[in-house]
Amino acid sequence: MHPTVVVAKQNNALQIYALDDFAARSGLEIGLPLANARAICPELTVFDADPVADARTLGDIADWCDRFTPLVALDPPHGLYLDITGCAHLFGGERALLQTLCGALTRRGFVVSADIAGTSICARTMTRHVSGKIIADGEEAGAVGPLPVSALGADVAITSGLRRAGLKTIGDVDARARHEITARFGANFTTLLEHALGQGDAPISPRKPLPDYIVEKRFPEPVATDTVIAMNLSALAGMLVTAMDKQGKGARRLEASFFRTDGAVRNITVDTGRPVTRPEVIDRLFRERLDALNDPLDPGFGFDLIRLSASRTEIVVQQQRDLDANVHDNDELAALIDRIAARIGGKRVVVHLPQDTHIPERAVLAVSAQHHLAAATEAAWPDRIASEPPLRPLRLFERPEPINVPFASVPDGPPHQFTWRRVTHAVVRVEGPERIAMEWWKQNGEALTRDYFRIEDAEGLRFWIFRDGLYEGELRSDEEGEPVLPKWFVHGLFA
Amino acid sequence: MTGARLNTLARLRGRIERIEAGADTHALHKVALGHAEADATLCGGLARAAVHEVFAEGHQGAAATGFIAGLAGRVTSRRPLVWVRQDFSEIESGALSMSGLAELGLDPRLLVTVRAADADAALRTAADALACDALGAVVLEVWGEPRQLDLVASRKLTLAAQASGVTALLLRLAATPQPSTAETRWIVRAAHSPPSAPWHAWGAPVFDAELVRNRHGPVGRWIMEWKCDECLFSEPAANSQPVAATPAHRPHQAAAQSVFRRSA
Repeated sequence: MHPTVVVAKQNNALQIYALDDFAARSGLEIGLPLANARAICPELTVFDADPVADARTLGDIADWCDRFTPLVALDPPHGLYLDITGCAHLFGGERALLQTLCGALTRRGFVVSADIAGTSICARTMTRHVSGKIIADGEEAGAVGPLPVSALGADVAITSGLRRAGLKTIGDVDARARHEITARFGANFTTLLEHALGQGDAPISPRKPLPDYIVEKRFPEPVATDTVIAMNLSALAGMLVTAMDKQGKGARRLEASFFRTDGAVRNITVDTGRPVTRPEVIDRLFRERLDALNDPLDPGFGFDLIRLSASRTEIVVQQQRDLDANVHDNDELAALIDRIAARIGGKRVVVHLPQDTHIPERAVLAVSAQHHLAAATEAAWPDRIASEPPLRPLRLFERPEPINVPFASVPDGPPHQFTWRRVTHAVVRVEGPERIAMEWWKQNGEALTRDYFRIEDAEGLRFWIFRDGLYEGELRSDEEGEPVLPKWFVHGLFA
Repeated sequence: MTGARLNTLARLRGRIERIEAGADTHALHKVALGHAEADATLCGGLARAAVHEVFAEGHQGAAATGFIAGLAGRVTSRRPLVWVRQDFSEIESGALSMSGLAELGLDPRLLVTVRAADADAALRTAADALACDALGAVVLEVWGEPRQLDLVASRKLTLAAQASGVTALLLRLAATPQPSTAETRWIVRAAHSPPSAPWHAWGAPVFDAELVRNRHGPVGRWIMEWKCDECLFSEPAANSQPVAATPAHRPHQAAAQSVFRRSA
């Protein structure tokens, strides 16, 4: 075996960023320039550092660690905190959990150092030097004491400062009065020290918020067929609903996690418009979602754990159903919207809210139907003027399409003909102009006033076209002093 | 004749026909369009719980949209409407405007729009929506002739519509009619606004609607005007210029006449 190192460019020189045991035994260390390393150890194998890939791998490992506890926090560049409070008994105790975790990661080719302690900092400090230890409550100071100060993971300046002061181990630092340490190295370092000694604890910040309800199923024999997976998911949905039902809750966001035997984890999330309280509904939503996945669920050699969690829940208000058919209808519509949203995405199912503006393209806001169905059914739309023909087009272009207008009889009048999408339309009837000024108090750029005309062509097609800009005042001259002609657009089509 | 009376008349006609036809279940659940001749041809109106297709050339998209919105307005009767459309259709002929829909007399509050990426997703969503009996109607707007929309797909939609009682309306833009299981099939073009006096507002939606397939009756071609206020189709006003009523038709004269008739 050749010693292997990973190098990264620091201070304009390639330095060792990480190294394996062989390299360490040859006398190399982190921070050594590559040239020196090659001189010490000519048969060195060198790789370039890739911090992004490192972070991704750490994230993947954290995903995998989700099987032990929902509270997993990152400690970059290569550490993970797992809060196993109340979880250890599920794996046969702390010792067994530690062995399972280290064994599984080692089998996948990682070098692991893991410890269990009462505080996260104490556990982290321990992992820098020993692996597989379990520190009971109250024994932190004794366990951490003999370790060198570098294990604390403080700044390089602080560590070297401590060494220079003759404080080689954590125990040495602990022996000094706290106010001396604080005066010399700052309050942050004192806090770190106290946490390492078990005299206080800082909370970890988990990667994902803790879901309100979790149910899961482990398989001694991995499951791989679709029917078995679906069946288990239904069973889990039933368990989840039972758990939520006890507290009168319904799920607004559901997450299914599939843990593959080879360590890959796939999370699938489904949002709902109103709290779900029936297992059939959950079942159906996931079926829709799984059917519509772009890259289908790949069981590989099988899943050994399937977890279903309700990450957002709401209190369910039971409504009187039988007298009010409308309530029932709305429920069915909401369920339909949820199903469609699970299949093609929540943003693609929209309802519309009127806006308080007269700019045609902004008069209506399309919002997600899942979250705004109730608001949309109660929105107040402006009344149409009775016995008037439609004043707004039925189809509106998102951005107005430019048209060619050869000339107009009077400068600010309607055109006689225009060309749109390579077809010339002769204007037979005109109604207008309807002048719509832009909202000058909102625009930061220069938007021009529009004169809209309703036009009917020789074929009977009805258009909504506008001239962008007024002749007096708004239209400028170009460099040669020639006036710039206004542009014409078609904005919509009438039925 | 006002729209409401026309409507009543058409409904009564439909009822009589139902009594006469007896076992003919297709006469059930029909909604009068308001256009007398068309209603007569359709034996009472547009059938609910069936598939209706509206075809139009690409540049006639807005007219066809107006026509299908009218049909949807007739059949939904204050129930939600789901409008499924392809992204491409929006680029080609513009997005459905809620202001425009409100101007036609329909209620934007009852509309849920589904923006499907492609024909496959649109078709699947429409079939899904058709199974939900809380809806009044489902509009499926498809651009061009996707191969997914074949006889099998059409049959599936028909079955779903029959099972739930929801009406399926297919808006086929830039497509030519092909065999399908639709109850009716229309080809729609825009027609000129009726002639009017210069001071009079023009621009009421007028359609040249050609019924090219009717499973249970003859076909026809009519000019239909959509009455935005009454939410109803009707014959276009032959001459919408205001004409002074003849003395016999003035209200007080008419009243006197009826008194006279009663005494006679």
